[in-house]
Amino acid sequence: MNVLQFPILSLIAYLPLLGAFLILALPKESKGGIRWSALAFTLASFAASLWLPAYFDASTPEMQFVEAFSWIPTIGVTYLFGLDGISLWLVMLTTFLSVIAVICSWESITMRLKEYYIFLLLLETGMLGVFFSLDFFLFYVFWEVMLVPMYFLIGVWGSERRLYSAIKFFLYTLFGSVIMLLGILAVYYYHGAQTGAYTFDVLRLMKVSYPSTPLFTLLGVPFSFQDLVWLSFFMSFAIKVPMFPFHTWLPDAHTDAPTAGSVILAGVLLKMGTYGFIRFNLPMFPEATKHFVPMMMTLSIIAIIYGAMVCMVQPDMKRLIAYSSVSHMGFITLGMFALNAQGIQGSIIQMVNHGLSTGALFLIVGLIYDRRHTRLISELGGLSKQMPVYATLFAIIMLSSMGLPGLNGFIGEFLILVGAFKVNYLWAAFAVSGIVLGAAYMLWLYQRTMFGALENPKNAALQDLSPREMTTLVPIVIMCFWIGLYPSPFLSRMEASVNFILARIHQGQAATAQPPPSPVEGVVPVAQRHPVAALPGEPSR
Amino acid sequence: MTQAFNMADLSTALPEVVLSLVAMVILMLDFIVPKGRRDWLGYLSVLGVLLTLMVLFPQWGATQSAFSGQYLIDPFALFFKIVFLASAGLIILMSIGYLRNEGADRGEFYALILFATLGMMLMASAVDLLILYIGLETMSICIYVLAGFFKRERRSNEAALKYLLMGGFSSAIILYGMVMLYGLTGATGLKEIASALTADTLSNPALILAMVMLAAGFGFKIAAVPFHMWIPDVYEGAPTPITALLAAASEIAGLAILLRVFLVAIPGLQDRWALLFYVLSLLTMTVGNVVAIAQSNIKRMLAYSSIAHIGYLLIGVVAGRELGISATLLYTVVYALMTLGAFAMVILLCVGEVKGERIDDFTGLAQRSPMAAAAMLILLLSLAGVPPTAGFVGKLYLFGAAIERGYVLLALIAVVNSAISLFYYMKVAVAMYMRDLPPAGLALSPSRPLRVVLFVTVVGTLAIGIYPGPFLDLAKSSIAGLW
Repeated sequence: MNVLQFPILSLIAYLPLLGAFLILALPKESKGGIRWSALAFTLASFAASLWLPAYFDASTPEMQFVEAFSWIPTIGVTYLFGLDGISLWLVMLTTFLSVIAVICSWESITMRLKEYYIFLLLLETGMLGVFFSLDFFLFYVFWEVMLVPMYFLIGVWGSERRLYSAIKFFLYTLFGSVIMLLGILAVYYYHGAQTGAYTFDVLRLMKVSYPSTPLFTLLGVPFSFQDLVWLSFFMSFAIKVPMFPFHTWLPDAHTDAPTAGSVILAGVLLKMGTYGFIRFNLPMFPEATKHFVPMMMTLSIIAIIYGAMVCMVQPDMKRLIAYSSVSHMGFITLGMFALNAQGIQGSIIQMVNHGLSTGALFLIVGLIYDRRHTRLISELGGLSKQMPVYATLFAIIMLSSMGLPGLNGFIGEFLILVGAFKVNYLWAAFAVSGIVLGAAYMLWLYQRTMFGALENPKNAALQDLSPREMTTLVPIVIMCFWIGLYPSPFLSRMEASVNFILARIHQGQAATAQPPPSPVEGVVPVAQRHPVAALPGEPSR
Repeated sequence: MTQAFNMADLSTALPEVVLSLVAMVILMLDFIVPKGRRDWLGYLSVLGVLLTLMVLFPQWGATQSAFSGQYLIDPFALFFKIVFLASAGLIILMSIGYLRNEGADRGEFYALILFATLGMMLMASAVDLLILYIGLETMSICIYVLAGFFKRERRSNEAALKYLLMGGFSSAIILYGMVMLYGLTGATGLKEIASALTADTLSNPALILAMVMLAAGFGFKIAAVPFHMWIPDVYEGAPTPITALLAAASEIAGLAILLRVFLVAIPGLQDRWALLFYVLSLLTMTVGNVVAIAQSNIKRMLAYSSIAHIGYLLIGVVAGRELGISATLLYTVVYALMTLGAFAMVILLCVGEVKGERIDDFTGLAQRSPMAAAAMLILLLSLAGVPPTAGFVGKLYLFGAAIERGYVLLALIAVVNSAISLFYYMKVAVAMYMRDLPPAGLALSPSRPLRVVLFVTVVGTLAIGIYPGPFLDLAKSSIAGLW
């Protein structure tokens, strides 16, 4: 199963962790050493991840580069890493943006450098672990481990209201994840009771179909076991995305996070939510997914339009971009729950696109913040004369974020709209209005900051980008053009996985849509416990 | 009961005998060792604890009853005895520097801790109401004295008196419940009680009353809401190592006898007492967590957090059966480790005039001592149940037991509670990492034994979190043949 015969995924995931340990051993004063080792380890991780698309077999939905060891046999936990067409590009995005995050912190972080880079590297390991894990226990561990460094990045190195924003972020996401934990346990015990094998292995858990007969009716809506478990996962992922109405942590966290924190938050962390939907909710609970499509569509469309409208009135650049994330993530969930090939492909590629363009937008705000220590749009204006390179790069990124043809955003949004249109043209119509609003707030933002007369005297002495700063933005711009002009290497590698998920959804539990065999079957023992299902409430003797 | 005294019985109680001998030796040496050099008594006590553990290990896997069937050696008892002895050892280690700092290094402190541990060991092995009660009182009386050990300090006196009154009160309630059980069945042995309970007596309201009495009495000992009012004041006033002893050992001992009595003596009423503990668990964790948010004294905060953790532990009792009880056992170890670690941190911050008791005392710790701050952070995350720490594995197992038995609502409330708890645990993390006024305090110079305690608790917390397999197996095998 592992073409490389080498634990490449673990290598990619743990290189940053290794770097964190190394930095731990470095003296606090050796600032250069700390910076360069952080860069070296993120770069090494990125370089290692370049093997993945090269050796990736696009013809199969099966998990590749698999690593499996028995970890806690008593309760059926396996250390199970794998990669498929859904996670491939998100992993690449993570390793790529982590390098950028290190470079963009180079000069802007001066206080408590050592701890900062340790947390940043821990965060990278956590994020990669989430995308690699195919065991719920392992997944949950990484899912939570990721929160702690992010909490500290916001809380220690953030701006004015950092304490409030940090705890709000932590509490919100933790609340979601503990609810998901209940869902995981429910699935675990249901599977155990059905088959006698207690395991957290996601692929094995997918083999059982979970009951979709209604258990009770609430306000006229029937709820089955599958629906309830689906909702418990939904809570966690919807908070992470964030979907309306769970989005209120996002503007605060983004606004107060340091630039690198915002880049990672927007670029990767938000994708965890949509990744969770597509990895777990869709293939594991197909009936419930279909059951909740109207709700998901409504919430997505509200997010698209509401997010865009709030953007129009933001005086703070960073907050504006944060709200634009709400709108863009609405597109991604819209495409995903159209439940057809275009929609899902579009949503996956759009996850990458949003990571690139919104990450870059946060970098752009960060560059100005480093110089002027303000994020208020009213303080800026006419900067294009003073900083032509900056203005050019900003323009490209802005157009990418708006979805201009030739740039990456267009590919994703187009596929999503095609997908949505095929199901219901009204959805597509609403979504298109979001694109129009998106163009409006982005162009207006650009106009107010870059064009016009340079009226504020504080802006007269601004320096254009240094070579270091350009190295953070130029690679992203190149990627935007690549995906925009020649997306097929990206799309072709996700096709098999997307088709597999669609088969799971549309044929229900038909034998044709059996998940690929779990790579650990027969290799790793599963916990065997009370083979007969216990009825709730039955006395123990 | 009329059997003659048997020397073979004594050998089964050898660990208890060794421990009490060590405690008496410490008491005697206290007169000989001059003031200022009594650290040695502490080290000697730890040695005694280790010796007892060594004597205890041959009992691994054995099941043997002694003293006319009143005393039982089984994996369940052994499990708890190891927990008590390990906790006692760590508590003595953290006391050594603390007592010197407070100018109160007296040998009887260690001797009393050892005697209290002896009481707990009796409780773990007791399968007869009388032995059980004797063990309970041996433990309680020692801790009444220890809570008031700083006799010139008002808070310490208040703590001792409050604990004495509440403890005496609850002991009386337990005794009343026991009397009713005896009256209904004519037996004091737990197994005998179970077999004397016929279908007829099971529906007798007096039996229900006895059950409620016992639950209330044990509820006081383990500090379940609404029997928790004494906890915050006693925790705050008692010397910090004794607070740790109360939280990490005495409450677990209470839980051990609760499990034994309810599972062995009145299994026929499981439906009813499961409901009773359902309500107690729900109240305990919710009240504990919500009230903890408002605390500014860390000992009080940890007091309420320990109440909340008792609530989580009761989930396992509610779920009952193999899975629930083994989850409870596992969580006692986890809980003891993290609680001891947290109190050791409070002692660590105790330098000169700073008592380390206010959350503000933790301000800027990350810059003052990065290692100490990191250790505290790991303990706090474990208390909040964030992976990869022991707290997460423990909670996963407990909540899983509840889900498996269909107690979904209880599990839901429990996870919401753990999310709430994160808020107040992170208040300490905020102080340590995100506030920048390092107080002009003295440099931290933890004594060597305290370092050992912190190392053991932090490494243990991480070890159970990352590789829980052996601990899960141990908890599972320890309840074999319990009922």
